[in-house]
Amino acid sequence: MSGWEVFLQQLIIGLSNGMIIALIALGYTMVYGIIELINFAHGDLFTLGCFCALTLVGALGLQHAPSVVVLLAIVPLFCGGLNWLVDRLAYRHLRQSTRLAPLVSAIGVSFVLMNIALLWGGVPMDVFGMGKAAAAPKDFPVLVSNDNLLGDSAVQLTPKDLMVLSVTLPLMVALTWFVKRTRAGKAMRAVAQDRVAAQLMGINVDRVIGQTFSIGGALAGVASVVFALYNNSIYFQMGYRAGMDAFTAAVLGGIGSLPGAVVGGLFIGFARAFCDQYIATRWTNVMVFAILILVLVFRPSGLLGAKHREKV
Amino acid sequence: MAILGLGLNILTGFTGILNLGVAAFMAVGAYSYAILTCDIYPFQLGFWSATGLTILVGLTVGLLLGLPTIRLRGDYLAIVTLGFGEIVQDVLKNLDVITKGTQGINPLPAPTLLGYAFRGEQYRPWYFLFLGFLALLVLLNRNLQRSRIGRAWIAIREDELAASCMGVSTMKMKLVAFALGAAQCSLAGALWASFLGSSGEPGNYDFQVSIMGVCIVIVGGMGNIAGVLLGALVVAGFNSIVLENLTSFLKAHQIISSSNVFTVPGNWKYMLFGLALILMMRFKPEGLLPSRQVKAELHPHEPA
Repeated sequence: MSGWEVFLQQLIIGLSNGMIIALIALGYTMVYGIIELINFAHGDLFTLGCFCALTLVGALGLQHAPSVVVLLAIVPLFCGGLNWLVDRLAYRHLRQSTRLAPLVSAIGVSFVLMNIALLWGGVPMDVFGMGKAAAAPKDFPVLVSNDNLLGDSAVQLTPKDLMVLSVTLPLMVALTWFVKRTRAGKAMRAVAQDRVAAQLMGINVDRVIGQTFSIGGALAGVASVVFALYNNSIYFQMGYRAGMDAFTAAVLGGIGSLPGAVVGGLFIGFARAFCDQYIATRWTNVMVFAILILVLVFRPSGLLGAKHREKV
Repeated sequence: MAILGLGLNILTGFTGILNLGVAAFMAVGAYSYAILTCDIYPFQLGFWSATGLTILVGLTVGLLLGLPTIRLRGDYLAIVTLGFGEIVQDVLKNLDVITKGTQGINPLPAPTLLGYAFRGEQYRPWYFLFLGFLALLVLLNRNLQRSRIGRAWIAIREDELAASCMGVSTMKMKLVAFALGAAQCSLAGALWASFLGSSGEPGNYDFQVSIMGVCIVIVGGMGNIAGVLLGALVVAGFNSIVLENLTSFLKAHQIISSSNVFTVPGNWKYMLFGLALILMMRFKPEGLLPSRQVKAELHPHEPA
């Protein structure tokens, strides 16, 4: 492989992973934008999405590429519903309290979800290795083929890469349309801007926040299906890593900003791919966290975020 | 455990800063203690001087991390400490020339006091040694809390803007809290390492340890030393007494087999901790043993 081919290959890998990170980051950024909560449990929701997908694969005996549609229909529903439920049970009661209370609660939710994933891995099904060694990574069957579309070229472009792009891109366009053009999206932006004023205008704030959680959760669900199909391995603690990447992406792009989350996601995707290739895989995580801290210290509003002053 | 909780209490309890990286400071403490005492390094200090130096190292690291980041808002700062925790873990793992990677640094010599050597297998002397440290720290923290600095911290927790208007130098005070908290956590790390006779491996200082620290403070009651001690007792007791005994009881009666994930109580542990955090936030945010001030703040309508 020549230098250019290596570069091009990492670009493709970075793009695909970046789009997945961006999808998760969108969930973070939407929730933060509306209630200023760093939803710690978002990464673990993503994990549960992956486990849900693998369970469906096992239960329905899915084997071929078209069955991806089934996963994409059910898993986002599951994740969206779960995220709504979490908000209803854990966060809604804490809207009036100090800022740290919901954050601590979110950490608690994160631990609960992560351990549900651990126990889920112990379900005696074929796809989970009959439930033995619950904590071990699980193989996700190759539903979308891994063949190289470029024939004999050293650079690999697989149907998987195309699948990632063809799912994530339209979804992002649809989300932008939803937030910008629909009535519900308008209500969402209003609540994000000023909750009290929105309430006075007759917006049911709790319902709008619940919707935001459902949509963010559904995006995580899509991300988990795409991730599982792309990487073919899932693990009960994977949400922590994925969540931190996505959160870094959201902060980098400017938390609260939808295009920012996508830009940040792609940036982190590329940065990870190039660090893996040109520096060393074992330093990649250090680099991501270093980016996170540096952005927070020097440009807390992110690349695309607006500066806003602390309200008193 | 209790010392870790106390270190965290300075931060969260007194100033309202959430530190999600206490495990990292503990790791800093454990590793610097190990490097200072272990015979494969040139220092080979005794227990007391090494512990003293470790506290200084913890203080310095806390200052260095705190200086640029302390002006961030609460939730952002929490994330920075979390990121720092992850970086420390990976750095310890990757710099295997110095830290021996995942093996950890060992063996470490046993500490001595007045000619008496502590050994790993006798628990009682260790217990009194740690109790002594704990008592010292409780005294120190109590005095801090009642000093000018302590009052400034509480003012910052209640209302940062108002505090700064009253002439409290909020940045300086938060930084002091951050560094002192870090120093106490690294002391906890040093003691832990001396007890184990090993620095432990980097994986011992992961995010879950930090969360245990948060649990201790939240369960016990923020801003209250007695509360934190109780929290440490509850969490550590649950961890090493209730869970252990339950596991061996179930094993003895053949109710569980280690191949079935659902029946191993240890697998439910973090779920319980998570639930505890959620429920505490929902129903009793001031903790089991709240300080009077915090309670009055959270329940304004009840007579104190």
